[in-house]
Amino acid sequence: MNLATQPENRVALTGNEAVAHAMKQINPDVVAAYPITPQTEIVQIFSGFVADGDVDTVFERVESEHSAMSAAVGAAAAGARAMTATSANGLALMWEILYIAASNRLPIVMPVVNRALSAPINIHCDHSDTMGARDSGWIQLFSENAQEAYDNTLQAIRIAEHPDVELPVMVCLDGFIISHAMDNLFMLPDEMVTKFIGLRKPEYSLLDVDNPATYGPLDLQDWYFEHKRQQVEGMKKALDVIPQIAVEYEELTGREYGFFEAYRASDAEALMIVLGSTAGTAKDVVDAMRDEGHPVGLIKLRTFRPFPMQQLVSALAGRRAVAVMDRSDTFSTAGGPLFHGVRHALYDCERAPLTSNYIYGLGGRDVKPHDLRKVFDDTLRMGESGRVSQPITYLGVRE
Amino acid sequence: MALLDYFRTDMLPHIWCPGCGNGIVTQAIVRGIDALGWSQDETVIVSGIGCSSRAPGYLDFDTLHTTHGRALAFATGVKLAKPHLNVIVVTGDGDASAIGGNHLIHAARRNINITTICFNNSIYGMTGGQYSPLSPSHSYGSTAPYGNIDRAFDLCELVRASGASYVARGSVYHIAQLTRAIQDALAKPGFAFVEAITPCPVYFGRKNQLRTAVDMMRWQKEQMIPLRRAEKMDPEELTGKVIIGTFADKDLPEYTDSYEALIEKVRREVEESS
Repeated sequence: MNLATQPENRVALTGNEAVAHAMKQINPDVVAAYPITPQTEIVQIFSGFVADGDVDTVFERVESEHSAMSAAVGAAAAGARAMTATSANGLALMWEILYIAASNRLPIVMPVVNRALSAPINIHCDHSDTMGARDSGWIQLFSENAQEAYDNTLQAIRIAEHPDVELPVMVCLDGFIISHAMDNLFMLPDEMVTKFIGLRKPEYSLLDVDNPATYGPLDLQDWYFEHKRQQVEGMKKALDVIPQIAVEYEELTGREYGFFEAYRASDAEALMIVLGSTAGTAKDVVDAMRDEGHPVGLIKLRTFRPFPMQQLVSALAGRRAVAVMDRSDTFSTAGGPLFHGVRHALYDCERAPLTSNYIYGLGGRDVKPHDLRKVFDDTLRMGESGRVSQPITYLGVRE
Repeated sequence: MALLDYFRTDMLPHIWCPGCGNGIVTQAIVRGIDALGWSQDETVIVSGIGCSSRAPGYLDFDTLHTTHGRALAFATGVKLAKPHLNVIVVTGDGDASAIGGNHLIHAARRNINITTICFNNSIYGMTGGQYSPLSPSHSYGSTAPYGNIDRAFDLCELVRASGASYVARGSVYHIAQLTRAIQDALAKPGFAFVEAITPCPVYFGRKNQLRTAVDMMRWQKEQMIPLRRAEKMDPEELTGKVIIGTFADKDLPEYTDSYEALIEKVRREVEESS
């Protein structure tokens, strides 16, 4: 009998509530945060747990996101388990400290409720916020629904604090679509979470007075490069650690996690690659088109950083055509960030599929089944014709 | 001009909650501009993020809606580039005193000719009632279910001490005094700051036994003490009260004037030496 999937552990929660409850079960030592839509609820609900004594957390209501991340860095360097959460411009304001958290190898876990970056001001979902931080050295896990946001938050603690990794993790969930929509999900019993995450055991801590450590000192031409190289090694190790933690988690819950989920993909000729909640819509479209006999499938990428290049190549090699879906743009005129990664991965691959890029859903523009069906139709046609007629398409925009 | 001519009427109705005082403060700003006869084409209104910062969206001027806390930094750029423009910043308590507190004290220190109207609703309204640095001690918020132990800023005192030419506080209940203060602030060369206390029954009031707009207005009526009266009262009598009035009205060197004067001085010296 699997405790984690017993009916009494099935709950109806919004994505924000699910993440707040995950944080309650994690019971971090320090949380520092500043309100921003659509994240606000996570920390607001969590602050209620603090006020009611349900957690032992020191909760700091700081005056900006820059201070929130700075406080998390200080706490994590002191050996604490530190968390915060944010969205969009809040994440942008943290920019300076994101790099400091990652470069100091501090395993902070931060749910990010994905929202479009200003300007113009927009509070709805796209991935421009976390994509802007894709090179900051944080691990990035994307979620399809509230269940995955909850599961990713718990696994993120283990991934971040793994001695081979020691890197911060962003748990990404789509603003409003996941954060504010009611979903049903299974929660782990509290004691199971406590056992799964264990205690943080930092190798170096500012509070370990017998072994004094210095974080972030001046590091010039002599050693800076070596430290950056080591940081890459941490990311590489994360490629080993993420599946290990997923296996452990699956043993507890029966829910399978990898770098990506391949949905009806094994014999598909036309594949779509997507991040986040759009995968749910895409699965319905795949089912409908499969019923009509079309060989389509889906790759839902969970791990965007580190980028699982080899694993993606294995999944894509030999297919005729792949549509890469980006919910943000790089403004490079060369496609979105996921497209850059996927096309780059396929360059040396034998039997590489043709690829095209779709930028969609910016600022919360809804993406409907018929939009995705059009993408599959185009992609099937691209595979049959053997040529890419339009490398980058802006889906569902007036132009 | 009719007051409505200063509004982008196609953007109305506004998004503010029932009982919110932001419309009253916005009206007071427009009345001040109208009294001074400022041209819409020569007036720039800059805002940050929050309930108050929506105001410029409804106003028919050149408007710049920026990021949280940074309106004064953007406005400083506007004023330095075009010193002849009238520059107004519309901000809120969270925007001006938390995330943007540094910009506020430095704009006041430079005494740059920008009029800043801080809509103080004592809470983060836009995100659902988290307590702010201007929430009174022991008041309740969605992040302070058992009361807030922080002390509130006296923002007028902070801005005055930072060197602003003009500092005043008013409330929506005392609308005549508030409108006059805003007009004086607009007319004042140098950094001019008005804290406009505005009711938020939906978030602040609901959590603090002031559930209706009437309750909040009554609270303003009872808690606000005019400066002249406060000066004659004992400190004990003033506990929990809020003083309204003009706290600074000084003629001090203005930043863009000083900047221009320095350029002139150096230019003259270069000319004389060549």
